[in-house]
Amino acid sequence: MSKGIKVKRGLDLRLVGEASKELVSTRESNTYVIKPSDFHLVVPKMIVKEGGRLKKGDPIFYAKGNEDLKVLSPVSGTLTKIERGAKRVILRIFIEADAQQEETVYNTVDSSSAKPEEIKKAWLQGGCWPFIMQRPYDVIANQGTTPRDIFISGFSTAPLAADVDFVLQGKEKEVQAALTALSKLTSGKVHVGVNSTSGLFAAMKDIELHQVSGPHPAGNVGTQINKLSPVNKGETVWTIAPQHLAIMGEMLLTGKYNPERIIAFVGSSLENPKYFKTKIGAELDPIIQEIGLKEENVRVINGDVLTGVQTEKQGGHLGFANSVVTVIPEGDDYEFFGWNKPVFDKISTSRALTFSWLNPKKKYELTTNTNGEHRAFVLTGNYEEVFPLDIYPLQTLKACMVKDLDQMEALGMYEVAPEDFALTEFICVSKQPHQQIIREGLDLMYKEIG
Amino acid sequence: MGLKENLHKLKMKYEGKKMAPAFNALHTFLYLPNMITKGGTHIKAADDLKRTMNTVILALVPCLIFGMFNAGFQHYAAINGMPEGMSFFSTAFWNMDNFLLGLVTVLPLVIVSYGVGLAIEFLFAVIKGHEVEEGYLVTGMLVPLIVPVDIPLWMLAVAVAFGVVIGKEVFGGTGMNILNPALTIRAFLFFAYPTWMSGDKVWVHEAVERAGTPDAISGETILGSYAQNSDVMYSLQDMFFGFIPGSVGETSKLLIIIGALFLIFTKVGSWRIILSTLIGALVMGLIFNGVVDAGWIQEGSKFFGLMSVPFWQHLIIGSILFGAVYMATDPVSAAQTNKGKWIYGFLIGFISILIRVFNPAYPEGVFLAILLMNVFAPTIDHYVIQGNINKRKKRLKVKTA
Repeated sequence: MSKGIKVKRGLDLRLVGEASKELVSTRESNTYVIKPSDFHLVVPKMIVKEGGRLKKGDPIFYAKGNEDLKVLSPVSGTLTKIERGAKRVILRIFIEADAQQEETVYNTVDSSSAKPEEIKKAWLQGGCWPFIMQRPYDVIANQGTTPRDIFISGFSTAPLAADVDFVLQGKEKEVQAALTALSKLTSGKVHVGVNSTSGLFAAMKDIELHQVSGPHPAGNVGTQINKLSPVNKGETVWTIAPQHLAIMGEMLLTGKYNPERIIAFVGSSLENPKYFKTKIGAELDPIIQEIGLKEENVRVINGDVLTGVQTEKQGGHLGFANSVVTVIPEGDDYEFFGWNKPVFDKISTSRALTFSWLNPKKKYELTTNTNGEHRAFVLTGNYEEVFPLDIYPLQTLKACMVKDLDQMEALGMYEVAPEDFALTEFICVSKQPHQQIIREGLDLMYKEIG
Repeated sequence: MGLKENLHKLKMKYEGKKMAPAFNALHTFLYLPNMITKGGTHIKAADDLKRTMNTVILALVPCLIFGMFNAGFQHYAAINGMPEGMSFFSTAFWNMDNFLLGLVTVLPLVIVSYGVGLAIEFLFAVIKGHEVEEGYLVTGMLVPLIVPVDIPLWMLAVAVAFGVVIGKEVFGGTGMNILNPALTIRAFLFFAYPTWMSGDKVWVHEAVERAGTPDAISGETILGSYAQNSDVMYSLQDMFFGFIPGSVGETSKLLIIIGALFLIFTKVGSWRIILSTLIGALVMGLIFNGVVDAGWIQEGSKFFGLMSVPFWQHLIIGSILFGAVYMATDPVSAAQTNKGKWIYGFLIGFISILIRVFNPAYPEGVFLAILLMNVFAPTIDHYVIQGNINKRKKRLKVKTA
């Protein structure tokens, strides 16, 4: 255990609808959907055509320009439809499940004795590589590089986040195998940030454990990197969300692609939020029906309320990487004099006739209303209160907006991911899309420099 | 609920049309819009820019109301003589005569300021097809508070038009301007009509009309008296409560302090800027006191009057307090980094008193000091941010070395 990290600046968002620690297994889903948009900057090249047959663990597509990077089918069945959008971009790939499940089995790898090349190969062909992200640019890691360090945040401080230990229960062996394998891929260490000394990761080998405390975003891996050892120009680090370690480890131990996951279904629109065992790409409707909806006009989000991706209200499917599905009410209604009357039922960091400071422990039911119109940046100094990184957030955002590559580099864009700007976006009085601005800035840098 | 639905239908009808921003500005004034998040965070904090601006206006309202009473009070006091030793709630001040006279002199200023300014804002929003931004709600409130009570309305209208167009819209509207728009308006008035904006007549209602007649009354401010080395006839208590002549809304230090506390508590105003401005002013005042004590400036020098004012009294005469609380804190034209705000505020206070002492023709320096520092704010920020950039470069050097 190394010295602890104390995060001072930030904001814990307390919302209604936390999942109770109760695990329910669901029946098999009929259709599965893979969305290429879950794999940022990957242009899919289809391996299987419409009507083609797939076994569980067979590749569906590979990345254009990187044939080794594959995405596997979570189920054995028939590829029924490839839904395309403008310019024939693939939006969704539908797979209809067979009654009889067949499975492709790859070679097993002993992570304690394997060479780095063998591990990389196993994860690339076994569809686990897209779980590994890299900074700079927050894109899927380039398998040709050796990262300076690998960072994993062993807990989450995001609103209504899933409990990592609960999600990985019974998978200790797999997680250990994945961690040992990862420690071979870096020239440095595998750093894991935890918030308790008794959790799953405390007993793991081949890692460097860090005690982290403080409000959100203390559990964001970007915050931990910035506090431990920021990414300098020319360096690369990898990050992995903890819930992926089980699938990655199982691939090494058994050679099988097991897309099974424990997902927290949360949010104030759900009657009885709890955890469900399901699979990547599985249908969400049966689960949401089982939990029960309090209201009709809701938004279903793959991920948490700050960084998640909105999915179809009906007929949605579980995303590739998230461990939470959030359902909250839509806020598409007007509010009489909503801009000047005292507010008691919404979160605010100011005290401008907003009274959430009176009751810091209260849990809120927030809707998707923007609470105001989009404006130019006006206020200053408020982002810094919730932004723990040693970076100037407002100036970085402005540099991205004017596409000033030199300034973006100088201000620390190599260190950040869009999720680091989720809280500043939440509190933004001008309702600016911070994460989108940062994403576009990173993509521009990746194209021009990376 | 008929109003909500009807307005929604109208909004749909106007959508995409040229006049949509004008309609939306009025609509969103009544109702928080039905907009929902798209991408990014799915929930948002309760505050929007309207709420922020509204908070500043709330902090200004006491100053405006006091200003109305004071306009009447100063007029009658100049004619009938100043009552001695008034308490803050004295009925000699808070009475209907004072208020009615104040109302008819001050309210037109407010109406002209908002009318002309908002008309220009709406015009630009419609031409450029963006939403009407809220910035002018505060500017429009500030302007009547920082002009002499008897300023001709046409003069005010011209100045507001100039300030909004040249001070703000040409840069791209709220959030893009370099100079504080309210102070741009004030500066325009000062340089275009100097006889109106300075001298010893304009600060009390009807003082100008009566000049040279047997009914002549004085309309001089305390700063004016000091600058001419004449005796000041107001007690410290009067200065603090604000029973003195001056611009409409800046006289009551008590109410400004209450407004400042409200702004700091709501986290809308920057306490760093307010505090450092006051520190800057006190430091400069102390330096001048030291100069006087050292005997470098003798009685009879034209600077002696203001230099010998005890340093802390600088805060309760003139409008430095008003400037520090409501003007210097404008987030758009101020420094934007926390460290930069300390430097920015300190220099405003420092330069304000410097100008105040060395410019006897117009002995209030705070608006010039703020405008000057508005210009330098980006430079201050640049060097503060450069510190962060250098730290990053150094980290890289240590690694590679």
